Amino acid sequence: MKLDDALGIHEHALRLRAARGEVLAANLANADTPGFKARDVDFAAVLRRELPGPVRLAATQPGHLGNDNGLVPASQLRYRNPEQPSVDGNTVDVVREQVAFSQNAMQYQASLRFLDGRIRSLLTAIKGD
Amino acid sequence: MSSFKVFDIAGSGMSAQNLRMNLVASNLANVDSVSSSTEATYRSRQPVFQAVLDQHNPQGTATGVRMTGVLESPAPLTREYAPHHPMADGEGYIYRSNVSPVEEMANMISASRSYQNNVEVINSARQMLAALINLGR
Repeated sequence: MKLDDALGIHEHALRLRAARGEVLAANLANADTPGFKARDVDFAAVLRRELPGPVRLAATQPGHLGNDNGLVPASQLRYRNPEQPSVDGNTVDVVREQVAFSQNAMQYQASLRFLDGRIRSLLTAIKGD
Repeated sequence: MSSFKVFDIAGSGMSAQNLRMNLVASNLANVDSVSSSTEATYRSRQPVFQAVLDQHNPQGTATGVRMTGVLESPAPLTREYAPHHPMADGEGYIYRSNVSPVEEMANMISASRSYQNNVEVINSARQMLAALINLGR
Protein backbone atom coordinates (compact mmCIF):
# COMPACT_ATOMS: atom_id res chain seq x y z
CA MET A 1 0.00 0.00 0.00
CA LYS A 2 1.37 3.34 -1.07
CA LEU A 3 1.21 6.37 1.18
CA ASP A 4 -0.69 8.34 -1.48
CA ASP A 5 -3.40 5.68 -1.51
CA ALA A 6 -3.66 5.85 2.25
CA LEU A 7 -4.57 9.53 2.10
CA GLY A 8 -7.05 8.83 -0.67
CA ILE A 9 -9.25 11.46 -2.24
CA HIS A 10 -8.87 13.90 0.61
CA GLU A 11 -5.51 15.22 -0.48
CA HIS A 12 -6.90 16.21 -3.89
CA ALA A 13 -10.04 17.60 -2.31
CA LEU A 14 -8.00 19.72 0.09
CA ARG A 15 -5.92 21.22 -2.72
CA LEU A 16 -9.03 21.96 -4.74
CA ARG A 17 -10.71 23.59 -1.75
CA ALA A 18 -7.69 25.86 -1.34
CA ALA A 19 -7.80 26.76 -5.05
CA ARG A 20 -11.55 27.40 -4.87
CA GLY A 21 -10.97 29.65 -1.86
CA GLU A 22 -8.65 31.76 -4.00
CA VAL A 23 -11.22 32.11 -6.77
CA LEU A 24 -13.93 33.13 -4.30
CA ALA A 25 -11.55 35.57 -2.58
CA ALA A 26 -10.87 37.12 -6.00
CA ASN A 27 -14.62 37.50 -6.55
CA LEU A 28 -15.00 39.27 -3.21
CA ALA A 29 -11.98 41.52 -3.82
CA ASN A 30 -13.48 42.56 -7.16
CA ALA A 31 -16.98 43.17 -5.79
CA ASP A 32 -16.75 46.82 -6.94
CA THR A 33 -14.78 46.38 -10.18
CA PRO A 34 -16.78 47.37 -13.27
CA GLY A 35 -17.13 44.56 -15.80
CA PHE A 36 -15.75 41.85 -13.52
CA LYS A 37 -17.50 38.50 -13.95
CA ALA A 38 -17.78 36.29 -10.86
CA ARG A 39 -16.34 32.81 -11.36
CA ASP A 40 -16.42 29.53 -9.50
CA VAL A 41 -14.95 26.06 -9.74
CA ASP A 42 -17.04 23.16 -10.99
CA PHE A 43 -15.82 21.08 -8.08
CA ALA A 44 -16.96 17.61 -9.14
CA ALA A 45 -15.61 17.97 -12.70
CA VAL A 46 -12.21 19.25 -11.60
CA LEU A 47 -11.87 16.62 -8.87
CA ARG A 48 -12.64 13.89 -11.41
CA ARG A 49 -9.88 15.30 -13.62
CA GLU A 50 -7.49 15.53 -10.66
CA LEU A 51 -7.91 11.92 -9.63
CA PRO A 52 -5.31 9.62 -11.15
CA GLY A 53 -6.94 7.40 -13.74
CA PRO A 54 -5.75 3.90 -14.69
CA VAL A 55 -3.29 5.35 -17.24
CA ARG A 56 -1.85 8.81 -17.09
CA LEU A 57 0.57 10.38 -19.54
CA ALA A 58 3.74 11.82 -18.12
CA ALA A 59 3.89 15.62 -18.35
CA THR A 60 7.49 16.37 -19.29
CA GLN A 61 7.05 19.82 -20.85
CA PRO A 62 5.47 22.92 -19.35
CA GLY A 63 2.88 22.98 -22.16
CA HIS A 64 1.66 19.46 -21.51
CA LEU A 65 -1.82 18.93 -20.17
CA GLY A 66 -2.08 17.90 -16.58
CA ASN A 67 1.03 19.81 -15.61
CA ASP A 68 -0.57 22.65 -13.73
CA ASN A 69 0.85 22.08 -10.24
CA GLY A 70 -2.54 21.39 -8.73
CA LEU A 71 -3.93 24.78 -9.68
CA VAL A 72 -7.27 25.00 -11.38
CA PRO A 73 -6.62 26.31 -14.91
CA ALA A 74 -8.79 29.19 -16.02
CA SER A 75 -10.46 26.94 -18.59
CA GLN A 76 -11.96 24.90 -15.75
CA LEU A 77 -13.68 27.90 -14.22
CA ARG A 78 -17.34 28.61 -14.82
CA TYR A 79 -18.97 32.02 -14.81
CA ARG A 80 -21.74 32.56 -12.32
CA ASN A 81 -25.23 33.31 -13.61
CA PRO A 82 -26.10 36.66 -12.05
CA GLU A 83 -29.52 37.13 -10.54
CA GLN A 84 -29.24 40.91 -10.50
CA PRO A 85 -26.43 42.05 -12.79
CA SER A 86 -25.45 45.66 -12.24
CA VAL A 87 -25.27 48.34 -14.91
CA ASP A 88 -21.46 48.40 -14.92
CA GLY A 89 -21.28 44.72 -15.96
CA ASN A 90 -20.17 43.40 -12.57
CA THR A 91 -21.79 40.08 -11.67
CA VAL A 92 -20.44 39.60 -8.13
CA ASP A 93 -23.22 38.96 -5.62
CA VAL A 94 -21.38 39.61 -2.37
CA VAL A 95 -23.78 37.65 -0.19
CA ARG A 96 -23.61 34.62 -2.45
CA GLU A 97 -19.83 34.76 -2.59
CA GLN A 98 -19.60 35.04 1.18
CA VAL A 99 -21.84 32.04 1.67
CA ALA A 100 -19.80 30.06 -0.87
CA PHE A 101 -16.56 31.13 0.78
CA SER A 102 -17.60 30.10 4.28
CA GLN A 103 -19.06 26.83 2.96
CA ASN A 104 -15.77 26.20 1.19
CA ALA A 105 -13.85 26.96 4.39
CA MET A 106 -15.99 24.48 6.34
CA GLN A 107 -15.47 21.79 3.71
CA TYR A 108 -11.76 22.52 3.78
CA GLN A 109 -11.79 21.91 7.53
CA ALA A 110 -13.74 18.70 6.96
CA SER A 111 -11.16 17.47 4.44
CA LEU A 112 -8.45 18.34 6.93
CA ARG A 113 -10.26 16.35 9.61
CA PHE A 114 -10.48 13.32 7.32
CA LEU A 115 -6.78 13.60 6.46
CA ASP A 116 -5.98 13.94 10.13
CA GLY A 117 -7.88 10.74 10.86
CA ARG A 118 -6.01 8.86 8.13
CA ILE A 119 -2.67 10.11 9.45
CA ARG A 120 -3.63 9.13 12.98
CA SER A 121 -4.53 5.60 11.96
CA LEU A 122 -1.23 5.33 10.07
CA LEU A 123 0.61 6.53 13.18
CA THR A 124 -1.21 3.96 15.27
CA ALA A 125 -0.16 1.26 12.82
CA ILE A 126 3.45 2.48 12.86
CA LYS A 127 3.73 2.73 16.62
CA GLY A 128 1.80 -0.45 17.26
CA ASP A 129 0.46 0.59 20.62
CA MET B 1 1.63 26.12 -1.60
CA SER B 2 -0.82 28.57 -3.04
CA SER B 3 -3.00 29.31 -0.02
CA PHE B 4 -1.01 32.44 0.63
CA LYS B 5 -2.46 33.93 -2.54
CA VAL B 6 -5.73 34.41 -0.71
CA PHE B 7 -3.94 36.90 1.50
CA ASP B 8 -2.57 38.78 -1.51
CA ILE B 9 -5.96 38.90 -3.19
CA ALA B 10 -7.89 39.99 -0.14
CA GLY B 11 -5.06 42.41 0.68
CA SER B 12 -5.34 44.02 -2.75
CA GLY B 13 -9.06 44.39 -2.15
CA MET B 14 -8.47 46.00 1.23
CA SER B 15 -5.93 48.44 -0.15
CA ALA B 16 -8.21 49.39 -3.05
CA GLN B 17 -11.15 50.00 -0.70
CA ASN B 18 -8.84 51.98 1.57
CA LEU B 19 -7.87 54.29 -1.31
CA ARG B 20 -11.55 54.64 -2.18
CA MET B 21 -12.26 55.61 1.43
CA ASN B 22 -9.53 58.28 1.19
CA LEU B 23 -11.23 59.73 -1.88
CA VAL B 24 -14.57 59.76 -0.06
CA ALA B 25 -12.94 61.60 2.84
CA SER B 26 -11.38 64.09 0.44
CA ASN B 27 -14.71 64.65 -1.31
CA LEU B 28 -16.63 65.08 1.93
CA ALA B 29 -14.01 67.48 3.29
CA ASN B 30 -14.33 69.61 0.16
CA VAL B 31 -18.10 69.56 -0.04
CA ASP B 32 -18.30 73.30 0.68
CA SER B 33 -15.16 74.40 -1.20
CA VAL B 34 -15.71 77.43 -3.41
CA SER B 35 -13.58 79.17 -5.98
CA SER B 36 -13.78 82.00 -8.47
CA SER B 37 -13.42 80.00 -11.69
CA THR B 38 -14.71 76.69 -13.09
CA GLU B 39 -11.16 75.38 -13.57
CA ALA B 40 -10.06 75.87 -9.99
CA THR B 41 -13.16 74.42 -8.39
CA TYR B 42 -12.88 71.10 -6.57
CA ARG B 43 -14.62 68.32 -8.46
CA SER B 44 -15.80 65.10 -6.89
CA ARG B 45 -13.13 62.41 -7.34
CA GLN B 46 -14.06 58.81 -8.05
CA PRO B 47 -11.79 55.76 -8.14
CA VAL B 48 -11.52 53.39 -11.12
CA PHE B 49 -11.09 49.73 -10.15
CA GLN B 50 -9.65 47.07 -12.40
CA ALA B 51 -9.14 43.34 -11.96
CA VAL B 52 -5.44 42.46 -12.09
CA LEU B 53 -4.07 39.16 -13.37
CA ASP B 54 -1.05 37.46 -11.90
CA GLN B 55 1.78 38.55 -14.22
CA HIS B 56 3.84 35.43 -13.53
CA ASN B 57 0.93 33.14 -14.23
CA PRO B 58 -1.42 34.76 -16.77
CA GLN B 59 -3.30 31.47 -17.21
CA GLY B 60 -4.01 31.35 -13.52
CA THR B 61 -7.36 31.88 -11.96
CA ALA B 62 -6.74 34.12 -9.02
CA THR B 63 -7.32 37.80 -9.58
CA GLY B 64 -6.67 40.73 -7.32
CA VAL B 65 -7.92 44.26 -7.76
CA ARG B 66 -6.19 47.59 -8.11
CA MET B 67 -7.09 51.21 -8.55
CA THR B 68 -5.98 52.30 -12.01
CA GLY B 69 -6.86 55.94 -11.72
CA VAL B 70 -8.98 58.70 -10.32
CA LEU B 71 -11.73 60.33 -12.35
CA GLU B 72 -12.99 63.83 -11.69
CA SER B 73 -16.75 63.91 -11.89
CA PRO B 74 -18.05 65.79 -14.98
CA ALA B 75 -21.23 66.77 -13.13
CA PRO B 76 -22.03 70.49 -13.50
CA LEU B 77 -20.77 72.90 -10.84
CA THR B 78 -23.13 75.18 -8.98
CA ARG B 79 -22.74 78.82 -9.96
CA GLU B 80 -23.92 81.12 -7.26
CA TYR B 81 -24.38 84.90 -7.24
CA ALA B 82 -22.57 86.21 -4.15
CA PRO B 83 -21.03 89.61 -4.92
CA HIS B 84 -19.78 90.12 -1.36
CA HIS B 85 -17.99 86.79 -1.20
CA PRO B 86 -14.19 87.25 -1.07
CA MET B 87 -13.80 84.61 -3.83
CA ALA B 88 -16.35 86.21 -6.19
CA ASP B 89 -15.22 86.73 -9.78
CA GLY B 90 -15.60 89.96 -11.81
CA GLU B 91 -19.33 89.38 -12.33
CA GLY B 92 -19.92 88.52 -8.68
CA TYR B 93 -20.26 84.75 -9.04
CA ILE B 94 -18.66 81.96 -7.02
CA TYR B 95 -18.47 78.29 -8.01
CA ARG B 96 -19.30 75.52 -5.61
CA SER B 97 -17.88 71.96 -5.90
CA ASN B 98 -20.09 69.23 -7.41
CA VAL B 99 -19.64 66.81 -4.51
CA SER B 100 -22.93 65.16 -3.54
CA PRO B 101 -22.79 64.38 0.19
CA VAL B 102 -25.52 61.75 -0.13
CA GLU B 103 -23.63 59.90 -2.84
CA GLU B 104 -20.45 60.08 -0.83
CA MET B 105 -22.09 58.67 2.29
CA ALA B 106 -23.44 55.74 0.27
CA ASN B 107 -19.98 55.31 -1.25
CA MET B 108 -18.44 55.30 2.20
CA ILE B 109 -20.77 52.57 3.47
CA SER B 110 -20.13 50.47 0.36
CA ALA B 111 -16.36 50.86 0.73
CA SER B 112 -16.42 49.95 4.40
CA ARG B 113 -18.62 46.88 3.77
CA SER B 114 -16.32 45.67 0.99
CA TYR B 115 -13.33 46.23 3.25
CA GLN B 116 -14.98 44.13 5.98
CA ASN B 117 -15.69 41.37 3.47
CA ASN B 118 -12.01 41.17 2.60
CA VAL B 119 -11.05 41.14 6.28
CA GLU B 120 -13.44 38.21 6.80
CA VAL B 121 -11.81 36.36 3.90
CA ILE B 122 -8.39 36.85 5.47
CA ASN B 123 -9.65 35.66 8.85
CA SER B 124 -11.11 32.48 7.37
CA ALA B 125 -7.98 31.81 5.31
CA ARG B 126 -5.88 32.30 8.44
CA GLN B 127 -7.95 29.71 10.31
CA MET B 128 -7.69 27.31 7.38
CA LEU B 129 -3.91 27.64 7.34
CA ALA B 130 -3.64 27.29 11.11
CA ALA B 131 -5.62 24.04 10.90
CA LEU B 132 -3.40 22.87 8.06
CA ILE B 133 -0.27 23.51 10.10
CA ASN B 134 -1.65 21.36 12.89
CA LEU B 135 -2.40 18.47 10.53
CA GLY B 136 -1.29 15.14 11.95
CA ARG B 137 -0.30 16.45 15.36
